[in-house]
Amino acid sequence: MTRNSPAVVSASKLGLTFQTNDGPVQALSNVDLTIGKGEFVSFIGPSGCGKTTLLRVIADLEKPTAGTISVNGMTPEQARESRAYGYVFQAAALFPWRTIERNVGLPLEIIGLSKAEQAERIKRTLELVNLSGFEKKYPWQLSGGMQQRASIARALAFDADLLLMDEPFGALDEIVRDHLNEQLLELWERTNKTICFVTHSIPEAVYLSTRIVVMSPRPGRVSDIIESTLPKKRPLDIRETPEFLAIAARVRDGLRAGHSYDD
Amino acid sequence: MNWLKPSWQAVLAVALCLIAVALGAITKPEAAAMAQPEASLDYPYLVTKGLMFGLLLIAALVSMTKLPAIVEALVLFVGAHLTAWLLITGINGFEGTALAPYFLVLATAWLLGWRCVAVLSSLRPVANWAKTALRLIIPAIFGAWILILWEAITRGAGIPFILLPPPSAIGARIAGSLPVLGADVRQTIFKAVIFGYVVGSGAGFLAAIAADRVPFLRRGLLPIGNMVSALPIIGVAPIMVMWFGFDWQSKAAVVIIMTFFPMLVNTVAGLAASGHMERDLMRTYASGYWQTLFKLRLPAAAPFIFNALKINSTLALIGAIVAEFFGTPVVGMGFRISTEVGRMNIDMVWAEIAVAALAGSVFYGVVALFERAVTFWHPSVRGG
Ligand SMILES: Nc1ncnc2c1ncn2[C@@H]1O[C@H](COP(=O)(O)OP(=O)(O)OP(=O)(O)O)[C@@H](O)[C@H]1O
Ligand SMILES: [Mg+2]
Repeated sequence: MTRNSPAVVSASKLGLTFQTNDGPVQALSNVDLTIGKGEFVSFIGPSGCGKTTLLRVIADLEKPTAGTISVNGMTPEQARESRAYGYVFQAAALFPWRTIERNVGLPLEIIGLSKAEQAERIKRTLELVNLSGFEKKYPWQLSGGMQQRASIARALAFDADLLLMDEPFGALDEIVRDHLNEQLLELWERTNKTICFVTHSIPEAVYLSTRIVVMSPRPGRVSDIIESTLPKKRPLDIRETPEFLAIAARVRDGLRAGHSYDD
Repeated sequence: MNWLKPSWQAVLAVALCLIAVALGAITKPEAAAMAQPEASLDYPYLVTKGLMFGLLLIAALVSMTKLPAIVEALVLFVGAHLTAWLLITGINGFEGTALAPYFLVLATAWLLGWRCVAVLSSLRPVANWAKTALRLIIPAIFGAWILILWEAITRGAGIPFILLPPPSAIGARIAGSLPVLGADVRQTIFKAVIFGYVVGSGAGFLAAIAADRVPFLRRGLLPIGNMVSALPIIGVAPIMVMWFGFDWQSKAAVVIIMTFFPMLVNTVAGLAASGHMERDLMRTYASGYWQTLFKLRLPAAAPFIFNALKINSTLALIGAIVAEFFGTPVVGMGFRISTEVGRMNIDMVWAEIAVAALAGSVFYGVVALFERAVTFWHPSVRGG
C-alpha cells in the first residue's frame, strides 16, 4: 500500500551468525525486507527464530555478518547516531534510582531538551499510557505491567520517526493490551511513524499491522509476508469480521509451516 | 494455670538463684564471718544480699505471669540491672574474693537481661518514635551487658590490672586524660586518617575511571594495584617516614597506599555491574561515554563504591595507628599505645583502644548513612 514511498528499512540477503562456545548459531539467514515510511510491520514467529536479533540489527545493537542493511538510507550506525529510532525492549529496563518521570525524561536529558519541553513531553506520554499520578514513584514500586508501560512512554517521549518495539505488551493483561493497541494505532495514524513490532499474538499482529512478517527458526528466516487488506481505521470489533479472521488464518498457516520444519 | 507464661530464661534464673541461696556465702570474707559468728567481721553484701536475691526471684516470677509485654520488659529490666548494680558496687574494696554464688547471681541477672531483650525484640510497635526507640534500646542493653559482665568478672575474680582492667578504670582514665586523647585524635584521625582516606579513595576512584576509559591501563593498572595492596604495612611505614618525615604526612601516605586498591577494584567491578539491556538502551539514544558514565554506570556502581568506602574507613584507621609505631612526633594514638605499653600503663592503652573503636564506628556509621541515602533504590537497602 505505501510501498512506493522511500524505504525506511531495507535489507537484502541479511544474515547473522553468533560465534558461541558450542559453535556458530545462525540467528538470521537470507532476510530480504523493505519497510516503507508509515508502515506498521509486525514480526511473528516461534521463540528463538530471530525476531529480537533482526530488530537489534536494525538498531545497530548487533552487526550483521552477511548481506546489507540500510536505515533511512544510511548505515544502521549512522541512523543510531542521528537518533533515528526509539526502541522498546522485551523487558522494561527502567533505572531503579530514577523516578518514573525521570526515567521517561532520560532520553530527553541526553538529547538536551529544555526543562519545559521535557516536562511537557513526560506529562503527555505518561497520560497516553495511563500512568498519570505515578510520576514520583520508583520503578520497583510499580507492577511489571506498569513498568512496561513506563518504558513505552519513554520510547514515545523520545519521539523518533521509527519505533522498534520488541513484545512491548507481552506482560500486560488483555484489557490493558486492547487499550494500548488502540492508543498505538491512533498514535501511528496521527504521527505517520514507521513501526516495527514483535509479537507472539496473532490477533494483535493482524489488528495492528499493514504487513505481517512470519518468521521461522533454525536458521531464522522470513518464511512469509502477508499484506493486510484491513482499512487504516480499525475499531476493536474489527477483530470479529470475516476479513480479519481470514488474515489471521493465513498467518496461522504460515506459522504452522515454520513449525513443521522442526519435526 | 493459664495465667502462667514460662520462659526458659526465667525458669533457669529461678533455679540458679535458689542454688546461689543454698550455697550461702557470696564472698570469702562472708564465709570467714560465718565461720566465726562471735567476731564482728566486715564483709560485702551485708545488707543487700537479701535484696539482690529478692529482686531476682520477684522479677523472674513476675515475668512468667501473663502481663503486657512492655510491663514484663520493664520488670525484667529493673530487676536485672538493679541487681547488677548492687553486685558491682558491693564488691568495692573486696576485689578478688568472690565465690560461686557471686557468679550465679551475675548469671541470673544476665539471663533476666536476655529475657528482657527477647521480649523487647518481639514487640511490634506501630508508632515511628517507638520503632526508633526500640532500635536504639536493644543494642544499648546488649552493649551494657558486655560492660557489666566484664566489670563484674574482672573485679569479682580479681583479674590482674595488667591483663584486663575493668571498664570503670578505663572510663576513669579516659575522663582523666581528655586533653591528651584529644590531641592524639587530632593528630591521627583528623590529619592522617581523613587526608589519607580522601586522597587514597579519590585516587582509586579516578584510576578506575582511567582504566575503564583507556584499555591498556586496565591491563597494566590492576596487577600493579594488586601488588601495591599486598605490600606489608610494617615494611612500607618506615620507608614512608624516611620519605615524608615524622609528622602526619608519612602516616597519610601509608593510609593512601592502603585505601587506594580496595577502591580501585571495587569501582572497576561496579562499572561493569550495569546490565546489558540498560547499556543497549543508552546506545540507542546515541549517548556519549560521559553521559552513559554519569547517568547509568556510576549510579549502578554506587553499591560497590560504598563497599570500598566502608572497607577503607577501617583500613585507614588501622594503617594510621600502626604507622605511628615507626616514628612520630610525641603525639598520636599509635605513638601513645606503643609508649604506654612500655610503661605498663595498660589502662591508657585501653583508653586509646576505646577511642579508636568509637571513632572507627562513628566513621563507618557516617559512611553507612550516606550509603543508605544514595543507594536507597538497591534491593539490599529498600528490602530491609
Ligand atoms: N548474544 C547472543 N549470542 C549467541 N546467540 C544468540 C545471542 N542472541 C541470540 N542468540 C540466538 O539467536 C537465536 C535468535 O534469538 P532471538 O533472541 O532473536 O529470538 P526471538 O525470536 O526474539 O525469540 P523470543 O520470541 O523468545 O524472544 C536464538 O537461537 C538465540 O539462542
Ligand atoms: Mg525476543
